[in-house]
Amino acid sequence: MAVAEKRMILKHADEPGYSPDITCYMKHGGYQMLKKALGMKPEEIVNEVADSGVRGRGGAGFPMGMKMRFLDRKSGKPIYLVCNADESEPGTFKDRQIIHKDPHQLIEGLMITAYAIQAAQAFIYIRGEMYEGARMLETAIEEARAKGFAGANIGGSNYSCEIVVHRGAGAYICGEETGLLESLEGKRPYPRIKPPFFPAVLGLYQCPTLVNNVETICNVKHIVEMGGKEYAKIGRPNNTGTRIWSVSGHVNKPGYYEFECGALTYGELIYEVCGGIRGGRKLKAVIPGGSSSKILRAGERFKGKNKDGSEFDWGIEDIPLDFDGPMAAGSMSGSGAVIVMDESTDMVEAMANINAFYAHESCGQCTPCREGSLWLRKITGRMCAGGARIEDADLLKSVADQMAGRTICAFGEAASWPVQSFIAKFKDEFVAKAQQAGNASGAAKGSGFRLIG
Amino acid sequence: MSEQSNKPQEVTINIDGKDYQVPAGMNLIDAVKQASGKEIPHYCYHPKLSVVGNCRMCMVEMGTPMVDRGTGQPMLDEKGAPKIGWMPKPAIACASKATEGLHVRTDSPMVQECRKGTLEFLLINHPLDCPICDQAGECRLQEFATDYGRGYSRFVEHKNVKPKRTQIGPRVMLDDERCILCSRCIRFSREIAKDDVLGFVNRGSYSTLTTYPGRQLENNYSLNTVDLCPVGALTDTDFRFKMRVWFLKPVSSICTESSVGVNTQVWSREGKIYRITPRENNAVNDSWMPDSGRRLYKQVESENRLLSCKIGGAEANFGDAIAKAASLLGSEKLAIVGSAHSSVEEQFTLALLAKARGAPVYVPAHLGEGDGMLISADRCPNTRGALVTGLISALPKPKLSELESAISSGKIDALLVVREDITQAGIDAAKLAGIRIIYIGTHSNATSQAAQVVIPAPTVFERAGTFINQNFRIQKFNACVPAPAGMRAELKVISEIAQAMGVEGLDGLTVPQVWKQMTTEVQELTGLSFESIPDDGRQLQAGRFASIRFPEGPSLRYNPESTSTATA
Repeated sequence: MAVAEKRMILKHADEPGYSPDITCYMKHGGYQMLKKALGMKPEEIVNEVADSGVRGRGGAGFPMGMKMRFLDRKSGKPIYLVCNADESEPGTFKDRQIIHKDPHQLIEGLMITAYAIQAAQAFIYIRGEMYEGARMLETAIEEARAKGFAGANIGGSNYSCEIVVHRGAGAYICGEETGLLESLEGKRPYPRIKPPFFPAVLGLYQCPTLVNNVETICNVKHIVEMGGKEYAKIGRPNNTGTRIWSVSGHVNKPGYYEFECGALTYGELIYEVCGGIRGGRKLKAVIPGGSSSKILRAGERFKGKNKDGSEFDWGIEDIPLDFDGPMAAGSMSGSGAVIVMDESTDMVEAMANINAFYAHESCGQCTPCREGSLWLRKITGRMCAGGARIEDADLLKSVADQMAGRTICAFGEAASWPVQSFIAKFKDEFVAKAQQAGNASGAAKGSGFRLIG
Repeated sequence: MSEQSNKPQEVTINIDGKDYQVPAGMNLIDAVKQASGKEIPHYCYHPKLSVVGNCRMCMVEMGTPMVDRGTGQPMLDEKGAPKIGWMPKPAIACASKATEGLHVRTDSPMVQECRKGTLEFLLINHPLDCPICDQAGECRLQEFATDYGRGYSRFVEHKNVKPKRTQIGPRVMLDDERCILCSRCIRFSREIAKDDVLGFVNRGSYSTLTTYPGRQLENNYSLNTVDLCPVGALTDTDFRFKMRVWFLKPVSSICTESSVGVNTQVWSREGKIYRITPRENNAVNDSWMPDSGRRLYKQVESENRLLSCKIGGAEANFGDAIAKAASLLGSEKLAIVGSAHSSVEEQFTLALLAKARGAPVYVPAHLGEGDGMLISADRCPNTRGALVTGLISALPKPKLSELESAISSGKIDALLVVREDITQAGIDAAKLAGIRIIYIGTHSNATSQAAQVVIPAPTVFERAGTFINQNFRIQKFNACVPAPAGMRAELKVISEIAQAMGVEGLDGLTVPQVWKQMTTEVQELTGLSFESIPDDGRQLQAGRFASIRFPEGPSLRYNPESTSTATA
């Protein structure tokens, strides 16, 4: 019997008869929690969020309560709240469901969070391609404003906060929080150097800013409803609440599923919830948390010690589906995008596809990522076009090693971790590609000359 | 303010195992250079521009003393020295400030790997243009690749293709393939030149520098981006393909465009000047200069350059010219027209001659609109020199109306004119025909054509001397190229004329000799000598002229309102 979903955020999303308008939302108890929150002190809400242990669901998994407490309240500058709706991590399609099917949940969560940090204004930065989503959000905000749940004097209180929906223009780097802030300010989305530009101190317009993912902000409403400590009982310590997992790839039932953290393993997700590998084929690899996370090979063993001292020895199937599970296996849960690959997958082609994405999306500000990401793409592109050489596997790893940790933002790691893990775990395929191509070491097909050195 | 020293607070930082004292909060690249002399290689950082940290070349290993979380006490190692927590990832030095106890490793294996990696990345798409690139010899990519690079290439793919040899403005050529996207030019244009015309378009490795659509890089400071560009992406169109820089000899000089006294470097080879670049002086011009000042070297070989002595329009030798000049100037109704383009030494000597002969001295002013940056309203480099040396005692005016009426009324019948075309100062050319004129100057003009005797003089590039700028800062300039054959220095000319006229005490003058006399007779120059003036000049006490309302407004480093005359 497959583990049942625990739909908290997506509770109403696919309910027959449920529509995204405010009337339907309020019929299901919508905006009651906003009223409750307005009766609490802002610090009380922050404490509840901290007690809940809720972690960011955008990819970094940073505790939201801690982030709220980092905000600089001494500068006298206005505080801003930004919702990161620039869902661009390959494999992720969860925030879109919330925006299209239950936008008011996001609005309510946004207003509660804004009140908790006493934000002067709230922004929703939505990726440019989600044109419909942006329109739906704007409609929802208008509806909310008409009923006094957004804008001036929310819920009759003396707290006012406008929400501005800002559309992006097609760049993955606008999902990086400081890249987002630059884009929101109307500039090229070049991430800022940290130090000194930590958003909690110098964020939007150089004012303290809280940036959080759509799903994370929706959780705030539920935290206010049940209280932080009750929320923390869902899931397990350090992995509280539910998470929406976007499963894609070679499974029979790809889609989005919401589970209590740690309620099941990756194996149960793939084989029971998603109906197993399509066509009855065998599992080859899983990317556990969006293309930026390190790939896991079927048959690999992950060994280590838990926090309580007990030892674990896992295969992919045994890894708990939460934050710490994939981390213990040397990868990360990222944005919750699980990409499943079966034995028909050519790993070099898959690598080339991933490298092409990162080369296209690199903002170009700093040298290692700008040049390295394109170089990686060119190497795997050449390998797939018949020009693979034996030493290309080591070259890919060396280039990736030169990028990780040397860049302004985490894009450097995001582009290099896939390469490092693919080479570490599937080197045989990269070498085989070269042997197939029949290229002697040192000569690249089409280059017409021998390498010196 | 109070008597306490305004020395900034100092902190101790440790560079490669040695402790140094540096001002607190100082940028780490500057602090390491100042304290230990070590260069941390960098491209995008510049002390006068905002920090962006995008080239990743200045990465160093950093650590801070570890503190026990429980006791708050510093942790010590086995030897009793403070334990340093080294950061696992390298940090960029340009975005770091000197703080107490900061430890830096500038040459560890991690740092060497970082530099090799960054250079490799910069070189993979960089075109193999060295043989035709003007930057060769002064290219930081070449230099750092030699010092810190891997030494061989592993790149066998196709390089990116971007627009090459694009004229983005009247004076600047852009080659986008060479650009390493450090953004120095963009930040300079936006923050210093206040002309936000440059920017990046496209994304990732296809990022390209370009000008705003429909606009050009044509402001009068555009060539500073060429100086700033660490590679050969932005180059000077005037200098393009003219000369390899390793053949050029740089000599320090001062720009004569205005009284700002921009410090310059004049590059020449075998007597021919090829270009002028700014010289750093944080009291005058930072690291910048206007484009218009860079072209002043063209006057050296201009068509109307005076090259030989002339008597009555016919070529003559120096001795005859001097004798003729002395005889023509033997009148009692002699007047002298001096110049604010002459050096302090020349003005002092002319003043002595004027005093000896009791002749009145007139100096015309050349005024224009100041640009608030590095061109002031006074378009002469040495107006204040004329005041300090006593050549004149009041602010010069553009029109020499007194001299004009004196000529008209017949009070003046002989003029010694130095470096000035007085028809531009309100004297009608027709009137010149009636008086005897001796002209000493560099280029032919209406006055020199009306003169009975013409004696050529060297330009600022062909002689040494000093100018006093708008802030009463005395600055040296040196001879960059030899003067044309047979030409004597202005000092020599004046002293020869004086001797021939029977004036005592002005014979055989050279710059050091003039200084010996000036230092005792000129109040502001007491205790100085030509040799003792530092390369970046010396601030003078100018209290004597506090009541004069000079025409200059604020410049980059000069504010007439808050000018203090304290020594700097």
